[in-house]
Amino acid sequence: MLRPKLNVLDESLVRQMIDEALQLLVDPGVRVHNDEALRLLDEGGAHVDADRQVAYIPEHLVWDALSTTPKSFHLYDLTGAAAVHYGGDEVHFDPGSAAIFILDYQTGKQRSPVTADFVKFVKLVETLPQLDAQSTAMVCADVAEEIGDLYRLYLALNFMRKPIITGAFRKDTWWVMKEMLTAVAGGAAGLASRPLTVFDVCPSPPLLWSDLTCQNLIDCARAGIPAELVSMPLSGATSPVTLAAAITQHAAESLSGIVIHQLSNAGAPIVWGGSPAAFDMREGTTPMGAAETWLIDAGYVQVGKSLGLPTHVYMGMSDAKVLDAQCGLESMGGALMAALCGANMVSGAGMLDFESCQSFEKLVIDAEIIGLVKRTIEGVAVREQPIALEIMRQMGHRADYLAHPHTRKWFRKELYIPSDVIDRGSLDAWEMKGSKSTVERAHDRVNALLLKYPPSPLSSELRDEIRQIATRAARQFGMEELPTLPE
Amino acid sequence: MTQDIFTQLTNSLVDGDPDAALELTQQALASGVEPMAIIRQGLMPGMDIVGQKFAEGEYFLPDLIIAADGMKKAMDLLEPELRARQQSIESAGIVVIGTVKGDIHEIGKSLVATMLSANGFTVYDLGVDVSKDRFIAKIKETGANILGMSALLTTTMTQQREVIKALDEAGLRKQVKVMVGGAPVTKSWAEEIGADDYAEDAMGAVHKAKKLVGKA
Repeated sequence: MLRPKLNVLDESLVRQMIDEALQLLVDPGVRVHNDEALRLLDEGGAHVDADRQVAYIPEHLVWDALSTTPKSFHLYDLTGAAAVHYGGDEVHFDPGSAAIFILDYQTGKQRSPVTADFVKFVKLVETLPQLDAQSTAMVCADVAEEIGDLYRLYLALNFMRKPIITGAFRKDTWWVMKEMLTAVAGGAAGLASRPLTVFDVCPSPPLLWSDLTCQNLIDCARAGIPAELVSMPLSGATSPVTLAAAITQHAAESLSGIVIHQLSNAGAPIVWGGSPAAFDMREGTTPMGAAETWLIDAGYVQVGKSLGLPTHVYMGMSDAKVLDAQCGLESMGGALMAALCGANMVSGAGMLDFESCQSFEKLVIDAEIIGLVKRTIEGVAVREQPIALEIMRQMGHRADYLAHPHTRKWFRKELYIPSDVIDRGSLDAWEMKGSKSTVERAHDRVNALLLKYPPSPLSSELRDEIRQIATRAARQFGMEELPTLPE
Repeated sequence: MTQDIFTQLTNSLVDGDPDAALELTQQALASGVEPMAIIRQGLMPGMDIVGQKFAEGEYFLPDLIIAADGMKKAMDLLEPELRARQQSIESAGIVVIGTVKGDIHEIGKSLVATMLSANGFTVYDLGVDVSKDRFIAKIKETGANILGMSALLTTTMTQQREVIKALDEAGLRKQVKVMVGGAPVTKSWAEEIGADDYAEDAMGAVHKAKKLVGKA
């Protein structure tokens, strides 16, 4: 069966991009602001200029690293069941992460999220079958800034079942996050053999590994926690403006990350991801809804696949400030393109205003987008042989297929059936239900879904244990007690 | 045993197996179960569950229609038995329905017929391309209190007006409530031709039919 698939680069162009990326790692090389990584690179055979903190990485080191990188791996949910498969052309979706604002439905304005908001968000993600994973989607403003990263993970662990995409904002908090994850996994062995999380690690364009993100990369590798490279060239600002060159820069940054990662622990899982943007030449912003952003994404996914790596994108978001037509069209465009490219994890659901604001209502609208998109890439299936002869000869020229058992047998498999967020009723039916807009229907669905949230499988002992771990970290930063957990 | 066959009858409708509904009805009659009990304790609970699941979004039109088909197959067997016992089930109303003359569009009309029948109406579906004389004759024959007319074309919807005129002339207009439907049909068209109501879709038609006969 043919699966709808999109390629935006021809094979020779992919090869040239990889070749130029390899040459970039030799000249001008990669800036590495982390002593341990410089030492690893030096010992591994790269030429290192310690004073300038630049590593010149020879091609053979890259191929060595790629030869030990896993082609695929699974993420497991909190009960230990395999839930997400990074590899091949499998496509999964998770919410956009680390929003510093939330779009408040009542006021229509953005505000800082707090504990109750993020807990509600995690619960909502659990109830939406279209979403395959959680993300640490919001940074809560009601705790000390220094524990913002680990506090998100702490909250999510209390309410989630699905795997989670996360990341650390500091070097020391990564260890606190690891401690909580180790507790939940029942030990270090479980942490590596049945990973529940992926950590995003973001190089800085162009060609820089900051101390923090480089350390996170090394620490993830050593713990066997999957890392997700999030290279983000801004074409025309922090990378060349041509899309092909931006994709090449992405490849160079990502390949250098894989070298550092595999030198830390050969065979540790890592994802070829990113969050590039085609820089807006009027506003000076980083649009997620631009066709050129999507093309850079599609291009680097294709490069990553040619290297046999699991892939990730930040797509399906919008630059709109409210839930309007722009918001819908940009989110749909990005999500559809991502799925057609076969990106293994597509992050972005719920997000608007570039990558800064989350919305409950957008999340449930995006879930419908994801439903449509996932159905689209399933393609046209051959359900039975012959395809039509038997049923059509049996029916002759009669039109009442609706009443035939054949219809009842197949329609649930053939059709993606949307929720009430999508209106396909008659005008009369729509008016009878109150003539509601998409956003109003989405708000109704948010409330209805929250009533269906299934209880978390986490034991009370583990809850106590991770609360102690998180509280200990909070106290280091002058916060005596964490906020009370919502019900 | 009796309890068991009622449960099986209910499940045959819920699971969408009309042949099983028919077979179980035969079995029940053969083993001496009263037809009224078959309907009230076996079939009606099944239709109620199907209706409930449809309202909750779990079931869809094919589930509904196939259940209604099972119900119809069973009722065809049970009705003569009821008559033999001089019994009858209370109907929500008697409906004559069809697509007007010159128009062969069937799906919407059939859907309305099925939904009405699944909701307790006794439905006589005359099919498509139905002349005004056939409508009139069937209303007289059945004592119907609702007439449903479908038209999918702007060129055939005028037939709806002709049938209403014919009802007047035949002195039947007071006896039947007239409902019209179809893509070009609007509320103002219904008012213009003197129909009692119109519906946009099958569920709307059921809702309005119940209102018209005072059962909503």
